[in-house]
Amino acid sequence: MTSSQGRLPDAYLAAGMPSFHDFLSGAAPELLPGRRGLDGPLPLEGVRHGTTIVALICDGGVVMAGDRRATMGNVIAQRDIDKVFAADEFSAIGIAGTAGIAVEMVRLFQVELEHYEKLEGRVLSLDGKANRLTTMIRGNLGMAMQGLAVLPLFAGFDVARGTGRIISYDVTGGRSDETGYYAVGSGSVFARGALKKRYREGVSPDEAVALAVNALYDAADDDTATGGPDLTRRIFPVVAVVTANGFRRLPDQEVGAVVEAVVAERMTNPGG
Amino acid sequence: MSMPYYASPEQLVRDRSEYARKNIARGRDVAVLSYAGGILFVAVNPSSALHKVSEIYDRIGFAAVGKYNEFENLRIAGVRYADMRGFAYDRSDVTGRGLANAFAQTLGSIFIENSKPYEVEIVVAEVGETEDEDQLYRLTYDGTVGDEADFVAIGGQAEAVGGSLRESYAPGLDLATGLRHAVTALQAGVAAANGGDTPAVEATGLEVAILDRERAGRAFRRVSGDALAELLA
Repeated sequence: MTSSQGRLPDAYLAAGMPSFHDFLSGAAPELLPGRRGLDGPLPLEGVRHGTTIVALICDGGVVMAGDRRATMGNVIAQRDIDKVFAADEFSAIGIAGTAGIAVEMVRLFQVELEHYEKLEGRVLSLDGKANRLTTMIRGNLGMAMQGLAVLPLFAGFDVARGTGRIISYDVTGGRSDETGYYAVGSGSVFARGALKKRYREGVSPDEAVALAVNALYDAADDDTATGGPDLTRRIFPVVAVVTANGFRRLPDQEVGAVVEAVVAERMTNPGG
Repeated sequence: MSMPYYASPEQLVRDRSEYARKNIARGRDVAVLSYAGGILFVAVNPSSALHKVSEIYDRIGFAAVGKYNEFENLRIAGVRYADMRGFAYDRSDVTGRGLANAFAQTLGSIFIENSKPYEVEIVVAEVGETEDEDQLYRLTYDGTVGDEADFVAIGGQAEAVGGSLRESYAPGLDLATGLRHAVTALQAGVAAANGGDTPAVEATGLEVAILDRERAGRAFRRVSGDALAELLA
C-alpha cells in the first residue's frame, strides 16, 4: 500500500474524483468486490444467499426491513444474518442475492459516501448516492451473469426534498424511483402482494414498521428461502427507520413487540 | 563542456529548510490540545470554506498551516490512506501513528527529491480512551516527526502560542476552559507577529473542531456558530 521507502504512492497525492471506488479501481483493484471473473457458473449450493428486503415510504421518512435468513441451496446457512445497513446518516441499504459479495459491496458503499463527505466537506445528494451505487452494481455484472447477482434496495431521507425515497436496481445497475413501497429478493413477490393490499400513502412510521413486519411474514409464509420471525430464539427482522433525525435501527425489544402483535393477529386469521 | 552544478548536501538541506521556514513563518497559527472530553483544535482562520482542521478517520484529526494546496494534497492523501486501510483490514486497524509515519516518509522524500519542499507543518491527532492515551504528532516540512504530550502549536508564531499554553495548560480541562486557553495562546501568537498594535482574535476568525472521546464511530465534529459563541461567552 506504500512504496518501499514508505512514501505514499503518487496515486494518493494525485488530483482526482472524490470517489473511493474510483481510487480503489486505480490503486488496489484487487480489493473491489466482484472483480474476479469466473470460468463458469458456480454450484449455488456452496454460496450463501440473502433473501427478502422490503421498504416503505412513510410520513416524514422511510422504513426498511429484512428477514434474517441466508440459504445455501436447500440448507439454511444462517438464521441471524443482517441484511439492512446504514449507508450513512440519512440512508439505508438492504441487500438480496449473493451474501458474500453483497456485504462487501455495502462496506464499499459506506466508505464511498464517507470518503466523499470527508474530501468535499459536504454530503452527497440522495440521487448522487444512488448513482454511485449504480456504478458498483454494474461492476458486478460479470459475476451476476454467472449466478452471483447482488440486488440492493436503497432508501433514504432526501434532505433537499424533505421526504423519504426508495430506489431499486436491476443487475445492470439500472435504477428506478419507487413510489410508496418496494421489495427485493426471493420472497419479494409475496411481500409486494401484501403491501399492495395494506399500504396507503402517508402512513405513520409506526404503522409502516407493522406493515413491513407483516409483509415479511407473508413472504416467509410462501417462500422457503425467507425466514419468518423466530419467537423461540427471539430472532426478529432487522427494521430501520430513516427520518430527518437520521438512521435508526430499532432495538430487538421494539421489533419483538411488533412481531408478537403480528403473530397474535395471525393466530385467528392465518392468511393475514 | 560545462561543469555540472554541485551543491553539498549540507548546503542543499540548509537552503531548502530556509525556504520552507520562511514561508511557514507567515502562516497563522493552530493550537491542538487534549482536554477531558477529547482533543480540541483551534485555528486562526478567517475563511469558513478553506479548512485548516479536518477529519481523517473515526478517531483521527488533521491540522495544518502553510501553503493551502500542499497541505490539502496531504489531507486528501491521508483520507485515502485511512479509508484504504480501514477497507482492506478493519476500521480499528487505522492508527494515527501509521498515518503520521506515512506523512513523515512522504514529506521527507518530497523535501529531498522534489524541486522545492512542501511549505507546511501538520498535526495528526488521535483521540484515545483517556487523556493519557491521546496522541499528538507534529510533522514539519522535512518529515521530522515529534510525538507531543498534552498540546502542540504550529504556525509562524508557534513558539509564542506554545509558550502561552505551557503556562495555562493543565490535564483534565473542560472544553470551554481549554478553548479559552487556546484562544489566549493564539492571541499571544498574533501579538508576537504584529508587535504592539494587535487586533483581537474574533470568534468569526476562528476555526474550531473537536474529536469527541465519548462518541462512537466518527468522533470528529466542527464547533461553529451559536455553539462556539456560547463556549466563548
